[in-house]
Amino acid sequence: MGADGLQNTPASGASAPVLAPGHTYATITDKISAIVLLQKTRRGWWFGFAIAFILFMVLNVAIGYLLIVGVGIWGINIPVGWGFAIVNFVWWIGIGHAGTLISAFLLLMRQAWRQSINRFAEAMTLFAVSSAGLFPLLHMGRPWLFFWLLPYPDTMGTWPQFRSPLVWDVFAVSTYATISLLFWFVGLIPDLATLRDRAKDRLPRMVYGFLAMGWRGSAMHWHRYEMAYLLLAGLATPLVVSVHTVVSFDFTLAVIPGWHSTIFPPYFVAGAIYSGFAMVLTLAIPIRKFYGLEDFVTLRHLDNMAKILMATGLIVAYGYMMETFMAFYSGNTYDRYMILNRMTGPYAPVYWSLILCNIVIPLGTLWSSKIRRNVAALFVISLVVQTGMWLERFVIVVTSLHRDFLPSSWGMYSPTRWDWATYLGSIGLFFTLFLLFIRYLPMISIFEMRGLAHELGEKKK
Amino acid sequence: MKRHPLYGLMAEFNTTDDLLSAAHRTYAEGYRQMDAFTPFPVEGLAEAIGFHKTRVPLICLIGGLVGCSGGFFLQWWPSVIGYPLNIGGKPYNSWPSFIPITFELTVLCAGLATVFGMLALNGLPTPYHPVFNAPRFELATRNKFFLCIKARDAKFDAQKTREFLQTLNPREVSEIEV
Repeated sequence: MGADGLQNTPASGASAPVLAPGHTYATITDKISAIVLLQKTRRGWWFGFAIAFILFMVLNVAIGYLLIVGVGIWGINIPVGWGFAIVNFVWWIGIGHAGTLISAFLLLMRQAWRQSINRFAEAMTLFAVSSAGLFPLLHMGRPWLFFWLLPYPDTMGTWPQFRSPLVWDVFAVSTYATISLLFWFVGLIPDLATLRDRAKDRLPRMVYGFLAMGWRGSAMHWHRYEMAYLLLAGLATPLVVSVHTVVSFDFTLAVIPGWHSTIFPPYFVAGAIYSGFAMVLTLAIPIRKFYGLEDFVTLRHLDNMAKILMATGLIVAYGYMMETFMAFYSGNTYDRYMILNRMTGPYAPVYWSLILCNIVIPLGTLWSSKIRRNVAALFVISLVVQTGMWLERFVIVVTSLHRDFLPSSWGMYSPTRWDWATYLGSIGLFFTLFLLFIRYLPMISIFEMRGLAHELGEKKK
Repeated sequence: MKRHPLYGLMAEFNTTDDLLSAAHRTYAEGYRQMDAFTPFPVEGLAEAIGFHKTRVPLICLIGGLVGCSGGFFLQWWPSVIGYPLNIGGKPYNSWPSFIPITFELTVLCAGLATVFGMLALNGLPTPYHPVFNAPRFELATRNKFFLCIKARDAKFDAQKTREFLQTLNPREVSEIEV
């Protein structure tokens, strides 16, 4: 049992414990490893996996058809040369950022509440980056020539355009994927050793043993390990900021109104953290309920994450206000028209839904600690925020492209079923990978939870 | 009777405090070839068994410097020497536009160096190690704490060292074969 559930419970929300009392190193180890090793795969997992896998197959069909026929199957045209592909790319990358922030930044800030959520948040990052990475590859006219973006010695004697944000993206996203993978795997090594030692059957023992690389918990190894982990955290924190900044440069280095704006880098990074924490909440709430992990992911964690959502939501709201204000204050005809078009033009319903989902609903509710303690409400709000952030990327990409400087070039964009198939398919890919992760790997960092129990025990003395 | 040569003696403890005080006393007694095994990192333990400076930060720094200089050079050379393009008279060495990639490669190389350096210094992967033969050693990844004194320590004596370890209040003392 844990400090969960009733809104009248004194130990809920901000005063809830970071780890429910009564846990020892043994119970923590046994509870988390049992999910992987002992429990039979639940029916609920199969059900979720079936849906995710079907969507993943839809993705494969969509990609296959795209490679055969070409990007004409999507709704892109002139002037709107970028549609869902870029919207989805930026959305997924943004989602990934929260995982790195929780693992790296909260570690540097010595926040104890990070311990139980960082493992699956990092996994979320890894899978979000995988889904994201598909889109820049697929949106190319000839995706099989993607390697021309890399600086390899080629027979044509040419180089990539290093001054282009699209090439910067290649380096930024590749670096982010690699560092996230390293950070996640390094964090897993002691837990893989735990699973190796707890596994009863031969095959799991061999597989986990192989991956654990012979980890034995030696004090000298832990010393170097902690140093490496801290250094990776120190590297990953500026990396997170830089990656979404580079993604925002895809827009800011163009000249069209609504894109060529210096506010984008901080506004995108804040927005990324916003949607990322929303996704962490979307994942944490069902997981803790379904697997009985309320002792580890307590109401305090949910409360803290909701507060971060509130803070980043305010930054995003400020970004919108400044964009609007500057567009009018600048007196620039084109910028003014861009904002008026967003608010009153053909895509106005999308714009106003965006304001509703990103600002009105979350900022209107999350200030209340009662709502922050209501787990169902938090779940709904997290989904609303993610929708809002997707709509924001849509508004940025499409409204600026469809009407820029010259009215004779104006056009409209509408997504085709292949756009939707690819998008929903990428969600399928994400959940397929995530469900496999929670089935076969410890979704909470076992050794860090033991360390937390130790720390809390020390404080009591 | 022993069939294999002795690797060392292993003492099992129930709490971190027991292990820490045991490690300090063992070090004070003059033993140097020892190691401790815990399910989570314990502060002060590495120093207690005589381990001080780690080279991981230096490896990270070197990796970062390699990435930084390599990344900048990767862009500078084609733009200035290999394939310079006169675009409106703009400078060939347009270094502000080289910064994003330089930064990313700095982080990438520093990260790779840190991880692989740490694994290499730790000697991982090590598929086999004698301490895995200690009884109940699988609890080292659960809730028990171990201290091992290796047989190749100068002060090691099978009988005397065992007696000494018994005075440290362990749950159990056992021999480990190689």
